[in-house]
Amino acid sequence: MEDRKIIVYSLSTCGHCRDTIKFIREKGVDFSFIDIDLLEKQERMKVLDEIKKINPECSFPTTVAGDRTVVGFNEELLEEALNI
Amino acid sequence: MDAQALYNALKPLQEKKGYYFNRTMDRTMDILNGLLKNKDRYGYLACPCRLASGEREEDKDIICPCEYREPDVKEFGTCYCHLYVSEDKKNDDDISKIKVPERRPRERMPF
Repeated sequence: MEDRKIIVYSLSTCGHCRDTIKFIREKGVDFSFIDIDLLEKQERMKVLDEIKKINPECSFPTTVAGDRTVVGFNEELLEEALNI
Repeated sequence: MDAQALYNALKPLQEKKGYYFNRTMDRTMDILNGLLKNKDRYGYLACPCRLASGEREEDKDIICPCEYREPDVKEFGTCYCHLYVSEDKKNDDDISKIKVPERRPRERMPF
């Protein structure tokens, strides 16, 4: 498998975010997630700036896999983006 | 108040307005718990599927039921979070398949 970083930008209270994390975890893919709402303000603004570059809507979850971005919980698009 | 109490309190009021809770109770309770967590953090029922600023004035459009529920339920049969559904969908078990795009305009997001 090609080496690329997979990150889910999520909210701790969001069902669609939890679905996305569960879906990727069940596929056995290495990934990390960041619950934006739990970050301190300064760190949160920094991460939000990163998200805005890839998803101007700044909605959650936003999943990044290499150069691919998937907005929302969408199993088909996630499978495609993650090559699974 | 716990999620079940919130559910019991809101159900008759919202049904009168034509909005029904998603009958997938695991999901509905998760969302209600998220709302209660936000009530603890911010003092109001900010949408759990959106990033709240913590300032009531900035978040007023996303206080549940949010300003976008009506057009979303009208167009998609469910709100952005899948908490509320239309009367047509009140007995549906597959609300999770419906994709509701973010309707909140970017300029209303305070970040």
